[in-house]
Amino acid sequence: MSARVASGAVALAVLIGLPAVLSSYQLSLLTKMLIFGIFAMSLDLLLGYAGLPSLGHAAYFGVAAYTVGLLALKVANNFWIDFPAGLLMAAGVSALFGLFALRTRGSYFLMITLALGQVLWGIAFGWRSLTGGDDGLPSVPRPRLPLPWSLTEGIPFYYFVLLCFALALGLLALIVRSPFGRALVGIRESERRMEVLGYDVWRYKYVAFILAGLFAGLAGNLFVYFNGFVSPSYLNILFSASALLMVILGGAGTLVGPAIGAAVIVGLENFISAYMERWVLVLGVIYVLVTLFAPSGLVGLVRQRLGSART
Amino acid sequence: MTFWITQALNGISFGMLLFLLAAGLSLIYGLMRMLNLAHGSYYILGGYVGLAAIHVTGSFVLAALAATATVTVVGIVMERFFLRRFPEQELPQALLTFGFLLIFADLSLWLWGGTPQTLPKPEIFERSIRIGTIVFPTYRLFVIGIGLVVGLGLWWLQEGTRLGAKIRAGVDDAEMARGTGVNVGLLSTAVFAFGAFLAGLGGIIGGPFVGVYPGADFEILEMALVVVIIGGLGSLKGAFVGGLLVGLLDNFGKALFPELALFTVFAPMAVILAVRPTGLFGAR
Repeated sequence: MSARVASGAVALAVLIGLPAVLSSYQLSLLTKMLIFGIFAMSLDLLLGYAGLPSLGHAAYFGVAAYTVGLLALKVANNFWIDFPAGLLMAAGVSALFGLFALRTRGSYFLMITLALGQVLWGIAFGWRSLTGGDDGLPSVPRPRLPLPWSLTEGIPFYYFVLLCFALALGLLALIVRSPFGRALVGIRESERRMEVLGYDVWRYKYVAFILAGLFAGLAGNLFVYFNGFVSPSYLNILFSASALLMVILGGAGTLVGPAIGAAVIVGLENFISAYMERWVLVLGVIYVLVTLFAPSGLVGLVRQRLGSART
Repeated sequence: MTFWITQALNGISFGMLLFLLAAGLSLIYGLMRMLNLAHGSYYILGGYVGLAAIHVTGSFVLAALAATATVTVVGIVMERFFLRRFPEQELPQALLTFGFLLIFADLSLWLWGGTPQTLPKPEIFERSIRIGTIVFPTYRLFVIGIGLVVGLGLWWLQEGTRLGAKIRAGVDDAEMARGTGVNVGLLSTAVFAFGAFLAGLGGIIGGPFVGVYPGADFEILEMALVVVIIGGLGSLKGAFVGGLLVGLLDNFGKALFPELALFTVFAPMAVILAVRPTGLFGAR
């Protein structure tokens, strides 16, 4: 445990120090990695702990992004209204979708979360007068906070995102280590046993579903400020599936693993897109390779390696 | 009145196309508990290969044979060498098949470009027929005919033949079926191949009126998923009824409320889900 705290402190120190050595372009890439790290960790709560494979997680990310974007553009660019509103909408939509999705399990759960996510995509795509349809909402401003630094600058915005990331990681770590989190793992392992023990399984899953939506909303909030732009692609199945890939690639049920998985995918996308047009093809191959050769993720591989080194 | 009849016929013909896709998806899930997200890829592969074959041979029938044969082989390879490793594990199946979906999408874009294309219709179905004020293309009627023939054929196969009995036994209880001497492994490959064949057929049949274009794979997959969610996974009847329902909802939705096009399909799905989580005809 102390080793874990120490490595966490080192990682945090590195993340705090990195802006000093990175170019502004590299810093913006790192910012994006952190945002997607939050997104992947939010899905990990659902997939890695509660054992619920959602294929519609982009819904909450996108709803938050649209909420912030619409409020900032059409009502007021007020952080203290827009930011909480984004979180609230993400939690609200996940509370609604959870009612449908949690009536099912397994493949049905996958299909239904996917289909529900597509409902929102359909609305964002079709309701042009509100959402701008295919064109999305351009030039969403970054918030003005009562700070000596402006978030429109790369470095202060990076620290803002890093703070959110650290808070999200800390809160999620507390959640999964709490009796609530332990119960989720119990439900993942055997729902029936938990029922017999007197747990209200549905309620645990429902709360986990809403929490996962809330943290996905946090990532969506940050991403719209990051990009200054919202489009229906934020709600797309590609986004939902890549969140799943990040979680599995990093290692489901480890929180930090999915954040690393997110960094790897965002980094690879950036690197490969710079050299060739066929990123989607490469991404497809990554899905196949991860499923075949790294089902327990990078964290799992490292643990295996350490385990075999010890024996 | 003309509007309603024309739109209804359009909806039914699109519904029949969806039935071809959903039937395969549903059968594969029913027998193997396997969710194939690459099913939409089989549609565009069928369409694109068919298009290429028409350019070479000039014959719709030969193109249909080439397209369905290609897609069937792709299906067999996917089942034998990849999906078979993950029986009853929905998450690896989903990731794997989503990977294939991306691979086929990008390969198609690479090979055939990003311009939406439509297949030429077979010559005998180029015309429209006129009954009173209603003018309706014969090709749409041909699609409805194909859907009915496939539906009846599948129903007969499932209810009236020994093979169908084996498949039903496998769907009900794979282990027991194995115990009574049914080669479930071979049966699985055969059903998967047949599902892929139907989706490839969908590509060539849908090519002249829906067309093939980048993104059609995702759209068709989503529609087919809605069909099986509404109808119930594993149920042929569900795929048929669900296909008709979704085809009609989609057509009238687009015609009457263009801003809410997808919503008219997804909202009824949510209602049905709320009442019957396993769909209209789904077991369990």
